[in-house]
Amino acid sequence: METIFDKSKSGRRSTYLNEDDLTSKKPSDELDGDLLRGEKPGLPEISQPELMRHFVELSKKNYGVDDGLYPLGSCTMKHNPKPNEDLAATEEFQDHHPLASPDLVQGNLRLMYELGELLKGVSGMDGITLQPSAGAHGELTGMLMIRKYHEVRDELERRTEILLPDSSHGTNPASAAVAGFDAVEIKSNDEGTVDIEGLKEATSEKTAGIMLTVPNTLGIFEKDILEVAEIVHDAGGLCYFDGANLNAFLGRVRPGDLGMDITHFNLHKTFSTPHGGGGPGAGPVGVKEKLLPYLPIPVVEKTGDGYSFDYDRPKSIGKVNSFPGAFGVLVKAYSYILSLGDEGLKRVSDNAVLNANYLKEKLKDPYKLDYEGVCKHEFVLNGSGMGEGIKTLDIAKRLLDYGYHPPTVYFPLIVKEALMIEPTETETKENLDEFTETMLKIAAEAMEDPELLHEAPTETPVGRLDETQAARNPVLRWTESE
Amino acid sequence: MANNKDLKYTEDHDWVEKTGHRAKVGITDYAQKELGDIVFVELPAEGEEFSKGEDLVVVESVKSVSNVKAPVSGTVTEVNDRLEGEPELINESPWKDGWLVELDVENEKEFEELMSEDDYEEFSAE
Repeated sequence: METIFDKSKSGRRSTYLNEDDLTSKKPSDELDGDLLRGEKPGLPEISQPELMRHFVELSKKNYGVDDGLYPLGSCTMKHNPKPNEDLAATEEFQDHHPLASPDLVQGNLRLMYELGELLKGVSGMDGITLQPSAGAHGELTGMLMIRKYHEVRDELERRTEILLPDSSHGTNPASAAVAGFDAVEIKSNDEGTVDIEGLKEATSEKTAGIMLTVPNTLGIFEKDILEVAEIVHDAGGLCYFDGANLNAFLGRVRPGDLGMDITHFNLHKTFSTPHGGGGPGAGPVGVKEKLLPYLPIPVVEKTGDGYSFDYDRPKSIGKVNSFPGAFGVLVKAYSYILSLGDEGLKRVSDNAVLNANYLKEKLKDPYKLDYEGVCKHEFVLNGSGMGEGIKTLDIAKRLLDYGYHPPTVYFPLIVKEALMIEPTETETKENLDEFTETMLKIAAEAMEDPELLHEAPTETPVGRLDETQAARNPVLRWTESE
Repeated sequence: MANNKDLKYTEDHDWVEKTGHRAKVGITDYAQKELGDIVFVELPAEGEEFSKGEDLVVVESVKSVSNVKAPVSGTVTEVNDRLEGEPELINESPWKDGWLVELDVENEKEFEELMSEDDYEEFSAE
């Protein structure tokens, strides 16, 4: 389709400004010459109906969870209740300046305090910061607190290593490295969980901590987590729990009861903020008592009848965000938790696990499953050997022809031709059955007519894109063609 | 397979070709096929020192980003600059033009510990 610039015709307007409303000041009256652009800004000139048609056409080409199943493993693309959006858009919440004096925004502070208390309850942690803007930001915040913990003990110099199972989220080693640690990989065992012997070998006086993704990226719960915690603690390290997959055990298990010292939440995955649109998100972090002094400032406190920001925390790692958090996301999480309650949160995880296991059992033949057993909220199929020259990429592309967003592919790296599927708790059995039928149809096509898959997608607005060319020679902005 | 009996291999599907003290490092044909089209390569600086097992090169494909670990300890004497503009050389010519770095080998014994051609063939057939 044409870009809005292609549709531009000189002199067309979608709004006409009343001259009385215009200021007579020119930019050059206000700004120095070197701050002024010499040429026109190059904005498209288009009439209002054409403008509307352009964006409506674009929106029809989009695919989101409001269109259908979106089984993108590791991303929890689930339905987010719309009433929570209305609450976040309430002007009392939306129109408050993030730097307003606390006595003028007591309601906002109360919400933050109470959300913190709810998250403590969910996670079994003793303190919370709401500042981090996303999961990986939460991970980094956690790593910085681990640094501080060892620094205060005068052990930072020798504790340089963070242990990372090869089934952890890809952001984990990155967060450890950004915080200045060396990432040490631990291989998984045949069951897809942390290899205890390997962990014992890797643990030493250099160990600063471990980062565990639970359930891991294979969708498997770390059944030896108590032993893992003991091994790391005995060596003087701390345990970080990547809580991005919290919808797998919400209301059933708490990281704080499993020997974990720090955890983060992805409010934009688990707690009702649409995910995948590029933000904003929120990645609050919970810590056990021994790490409370290191929480980022300010911490929201209840003082008498009101609420305040506590900045007087000399051992804090400092601020990790200019503002106290992505407030709209916090409102949605608060509303989500309170509207579901204890029982509702349990049903969230029960249904997430039930849906994933149902789909896994339906698809494990003819697709292959490398790690048998009960999964949690997601599972990983092995897409190799499905037909002549068929790769997972071909299967994913063919799904587009049937109107589905494909699963995550080629991750985690420990499964060949990985297809990582997360149906989430918000899909009905009928939707799962329909998806199963499509997947089985594609498997049959792969055997009978592999060319069909190699050429897919053919039903979409554009055919198979040249991903290699896009990565090697990306065209990142529109420029006027001569 | 390259049919070059001077080559040694790692379990991560890297090859090492040793000439005197120098060891050229690349990834095998199997590895490049598994990775798919390579789109970006991050090479170390000449003179940088690596211990065996440390991350030496970052290879990014359309599918994933992976680290090539130093197969032996040593100092980087040369890197394949052509890869910066032509990462596809790894796909087109993994054994020759797509080589990654050359190391000055610190400990000859580490080289001997690597897999032989026959061992590697057996290993990658699994």
